[in-house]
Amino acid sequence: MKLIIKTVAKPGSTRANKTGAWRSFMPVFDHKLCSKCGICAIYCPEGVVHKLENGFFEPDYEYCKGCGICANECPKKAIIMVLEGK
Amino acid sequence: MRKRMVVVEGSYAVAHAVKVCKPNVISAYPITPQTHIVEDLSQFAADGEMNCEYMNVESEFSAISALIGASAAGARTYTSTTSQGLALMHEALFNASGMRLPIVMTVVNRALSAPINIWNDQQDSISQRDTGWIQLYAEDVQESADMTPQLYKIAEDEDILLPAMACMDGFILSHVYEPVILLEQSLTDEFLPDYTPEFVLDPKNPMSFGAFADPSTYTEFRYKQEKAMGVALKRIEEVALEFSEKYGRYYGGLLDGYMLEDAEIVIMAMGSVIGTIKDTIDMLRKEGENVGLLKVRSFRPFPADEIRKALKNAKVVITLDKNISVGKNEGALCTEVKACMYNNRDVLAPVIGFMLGHGGRDIPVSTIVKMINKAKLVEKGIFIESEFADLREDLA
Amino acid sequence: MSLLKPGHRGCAGCCDALAGKFVLDALGEDCIVVSPTGCLEVFTTPYPESAWGVPWIHSLFENAAAVASGVEAAFKAMGKMNNTKIIAIGGDGATMDIGLQAISGAFERGHDFTYICVDNEAYMNTGIQRSSGTPMYASTTTSPAGKVSFGNPLNKKNMPAIIAAHGSPYVATASVAYAPDMIRKVKKAAQIKGPTYVHVHAPCCTGWKFEGSKTIEVGRLAVETALWPLYEMENSEITGVRKIKNRKPVEEYLKAQGRFKHLFTMEGGAEEIKKIQATADWNVKHFGLD
Repeated sequence: MKLIIKTVAKPGSTRANKTGAWRSFMPVFDHKLCSKCGICAIYCPEGVVHKLENGFFEPDYEYCKGCGICANECPKKAIIMVLEGK
Repeated sequence: MRKRMVVVEGSYAVAHAVKVCKPNVISAYPITPQTHIVEDLSQFAADGEMNCEYMNVESEFSAISALIGASAAGARTYTSTTSQGLALMHEALFNASGMRLPIVMTVVNRALSAPINIWNDQQDSISQRDTGWIQLYAEDVQESADMTPQLYKIAEDEDILLPAMACMDGFILSHVYEPVILLEQSLTDEFLPDYTPEFVLDPKNPMSFGAFADPSTYTEFRYKQEKAMGVALKRIEEVALEFSEKYGRYYGGLLDGYMLEDAEIVIMAMGSVIGTIKDTIDMLRKEGENVGLLKVRSFRPFPADEIRKALKNAKVVITLDKNISVGKNEGALCTEVKACMYNNRDVLAPVIGFMLGHGGRDIPVSTIVKMINKAKLVEKGIFIESEFADLREDLA
Repeated sequence: MSLLKPGHRGCAGCCDALAGKFVLDALGEDCIVVSPTGCLEVFTTPYPESAWGVPWIHSLFENAAAVASGVEAAFKAMGKMNNTKIIAIGGDGATMDIGLQAISGAFERGHDFTYICVDNEAYMNTGIQRSSGTPMYASTTTSPAGKVSFGNPLNKKNMPAIIAAHGSPYVATASVAYAPDMIRKVKKAAQIKGPTYVHVHAPCCTGWKFEGSKTIEVGRLAVETALWPLYEMENSEITGVRKIKNRKPVEEYLKAQGRFKHLFTMEGGAEEIKKIQATADWNVKHFGLD
């Protein structure tokens, strides 16, 4: 055993903690209504709403906590919050 | 080759020693009797003799906090304080040690308020005993200066990485003019390697310092700090010898004995009072008394094994404390020396604790003789557990 | 992907996480972040994990500015200060209360760093206790509304003015509800030499008692009612103001939050709301928001 404890933590290592399990409501993105403005991505506190290759956006459900900011801020009402497990 | 001695103030000798250790960042706040050290360092910086950032901060709390940041960024760091200033740093002292940052600080020992008092005792650094800092106590000006590169070498050892205090008695050492040898730059460059920590704040390798530890990880931080202190116990001895080889001066490692081998009464003490005790011993030895000294140089880590070995032949042990744990009626050295003997019956000598020299009260030879006389009464069955050695009857 | 990585333990809808993300969006990889104790520190770094993708250090609650100034001094002394930005991100308590002295010292010394106050207007990490950032009549756990109290009786401390008085070259207010504006200001603050300051209004769903989905909406209402004016100061002069179109009455902001609920149920509440409206009106006049 090394005597010196590594008092430092590795960058970005919280990714081991899958916060998607916290979610009770799940954001569902409707690409038909989406204008690709990206406000959902800007205001995601987890930083997990990603732009897809086709220009639409999707959250990473492994980490999305279901706060609903994206749905609340979407100017096109293209995101709805659905109760988990339904 | 005979080395050139110069007569300088204690504070200057220390400031000069700091300079040759080439710290990158110095951050300090003025407080009596530490001021002369930081004034001298400021002058070195103003004269371009130091390649460092000198920070005039707004408090001791920010002095130590800035060094926490600087040390984490990979800098060699230095500060100096005393008394109230050290007390103000208290919270950050734990933090520096817990983050394993090898900051070196000269503590110019002074009494704590109230009543406010600017003179020497050791209550300030003793009160920081459990903060996880290495603490060495200097006997004279030369040792106060020489401790600086020794402590950098110990603190920055990759198996230690703990902050360290060089404790020197306020005024008695900081303001006295003594002949000393100023530390040579060339020897110090050879003696003290560069500080090259494995982890620093660096955008190319972005690590996180000072994370939040919950019950599942916190204990091991403490355990490893303690283990590092164990390594320091060895390194303090080794570095004192390495220093001696390089510079030709030696003050003991963890401890130092004087007339100890055959001593029946052994006095234990820390700091500048050692000189007075040696004089007293010289005097009493001429009168045929078997008195000796065990100087405690390292209070943290506490050299329990070495103390037990050194006290093997003692009949009575006297401890001198320029501090008191109010409510225990004892100074810290007394308590710790007794504690380190209890489970190990190699040493059966009783320990008598004397508290003295508080708030700068002078400790003359006569006070030490008085204590030794009280120690002799143990043979006759008169035993004092612990008491103030220099109370004024008219005020007490 | 954001340099503030997911998996952190911030509440769903957390304003601090948003602020942290925007700061890193503004700065990129070449920065060092100092966090004092607080929500952002605790929920991003449960040892041995860290959400930070940049070098980060937490020391204590009240010393972030001093730690940041030490990092800056070390970088300067060791010749490593190329374009690296040194940033402290503290909450309102760490900034306006316990850390004020260290901040004053660091700004007076003129270190090249940026201090960002993420102001959610109370000690949220310890359970919503009042700070000097808590606005008048907000109910917190240590300034609760009660039979004889409308909640916190004191006005919010004007921290940007205090920093500006130190002669800082750049002081700005921002809001997590205005991301492009905030990112621009953080970027600008970091680029300007010397000690700069951005004070970010950050609605906390847990402490202010609203649904996590409303974080941005509530932040926008604070700006639209003129209770949180967005402005920039350079060398103590106001140089930029975000004007408000169709200003809303403060009730719209207050009624969106549980912490002001008592103002709408207690006798005399309407009178007290007028005092809050007066604060908004003063902001409009002082900053020229109309």
